[in-house]
Amino acid sequence: MRLADSPPNPWFSWDYVERNHADIADALSQHVSLTVQAVAIALLIAFPLAALAHLRPRLAAPVVGTAGVLYTIPSLALFALLAPYTGIGRTTVLIGLVAYALLVLVRNILTGLQGVDPAVTDAARGMGYGRMRMLAQVELPQALPSIVAGVRIATVTTVALVTVGVVVGYGGLGQLMFRGFRSNYHAEIMTATLLCLLLALVADVAIVLVARVSMPWSRSARLLADVSV
Amino acid sequence: MDIVQEAVAWLNDPLNWTGSNGVLALTAAHLRVTLLAVLLAAVVALPAGVWLGHARRGGTAGVVLANTTRALPTLALLTLFASAGLFGNTATVLACAVFAVPPLLTNTVTGLGDVDRDVVDAARGLGMSSRRRLWEVELPLAVPLVAAGVRTAVVQVLATVPLAALVGGTSLGSIIVNGFGTQRYGQVLAGGVLVAGLCLVAEGVLAVAQRLLTPRGLRESTRPARRWRQGRPSDPPVAAMASSSSNGPTSA
Repeated sequence: MRLADSPPNPWFSWDYVERNHADIADALSQHVSLTVQAVAIALLIAFPLAALAHLRPRLAAPVVGTAGVLYTIPSLALFALLAPYTGIGRTTVLIGLVAYALLVLVRNILTGLQGVDPAVTDAARGMGYGRMRMLAQVELPQALPSIVAGVRIATVTTVALVTVGVVVGYGGLGQLMFRGFRSNYHAEIMTATLLCLLLALVADVAIVLVARVSMPWSRSARLLADVSV
Repeated sequence: MDIVQEAVAWLNDPLNWTGSNGVLALTAAHLRVTLLAVLLAAVVALPAGVWLGHARRGGTAGVVLANTTRALPTLALLTLFASAGLFGNTATVLACAVFAVPPLLTNTVTGLGDVDRDVVDAARGLGMSSRRRLWEVELPLAVPLVAAGVRTAVVQVLATVPLAALVGGTSLGSIIVNGFGTQRYGQVLAGGVLVAGLCLVAEGVLAVAQRLLTPRGLRESTRPARRWRQGRPSDPPVAAMASSSSNGPTSA
């Protein structure tokens, strides 16, 4: 057809998607696996850290302060600082992503824990709850909306941040963007960009749905109100 | 350890600091791009934010905007602009300006929107027109949040500009990207330290600037200041008035 000679629109081309679907699927799966792993690992580290800062209030200010300072370090600089030690490849990207997700998560979990109504914790204490039991059974469930908001922010940010991994060769959809830039292939850039946005949207909606199912006591109105945190 | 030595050696080489591709020139380019991007974003976002905040509208729009740009990768916008025919730092300025709009806009809208209703009502009761209320009441009260927005935007843009080195922009990020390209990891490390240092310094300087910009009455630590003023030995107005008024009866 005429498509091969002059594509009707250099930015949107279904032709490109059809001919390169294997390539796109590879980049997408790399992107998804990096995001999921990074957020999962960050959550595993963030919970004990936030709980510690909550149980020992003296540690809260240093933890949040350090997180804030680390968060101002640009992603490219962080990869540059890591790469000489962790090598060119997946590990470097993953460590960087975990670090940024961790900072968001710790801050939000801690905010959630500190925002629990004192009347509720007083009631729990009056019923004879110990410190750890109160944390696990009273404070954590109460803090869940804030934690979910944190997970949403961390996930969406991570999806966007994976693309920076292109400097060490593991950028998921970022690889496509960069290659498209190099070869001046507009459709490749645009497709990767749209897929990135779509991925962020799908991940965000998925988290909201999971949260709604697992928190039947928290009505959707409340969940939506916490989005802006 | 070898790499650290390489990085130190790189940083100690005067040739890396001077010249058209030296650290100093690149820092200047970095700051210039940041300034342009933030100014461009401010020209759009501040008037819009003031208008929306004064009308007490647009809170949701701001949140949606902030969430969308969070999901949009910087690299995507940079490659899109760069391959659309904008060369060098023009693409960088535009892309960074897009990312600087949300913090400026949302903070301005919230800053104006969160001004106590009672205060605005009091101003209206004093007969202030809508415009005068905006300039003399709402804006001064919104300064801390607007300044915080500017600070966030500047630091964010400073952190985003290095990425533009991937698409042909010149900034401190060029050191890192060139280092990766030539596999000189000492240079990569040195570049990382420089970029991170620039952002941390900027954050610190802007934190101080934000404090200085905030009207004195709104500063968070007003309590120690007041105590200091009370404890000052020379508080003549109060003391003099008290003594003069107590002088009355005794002399009579």
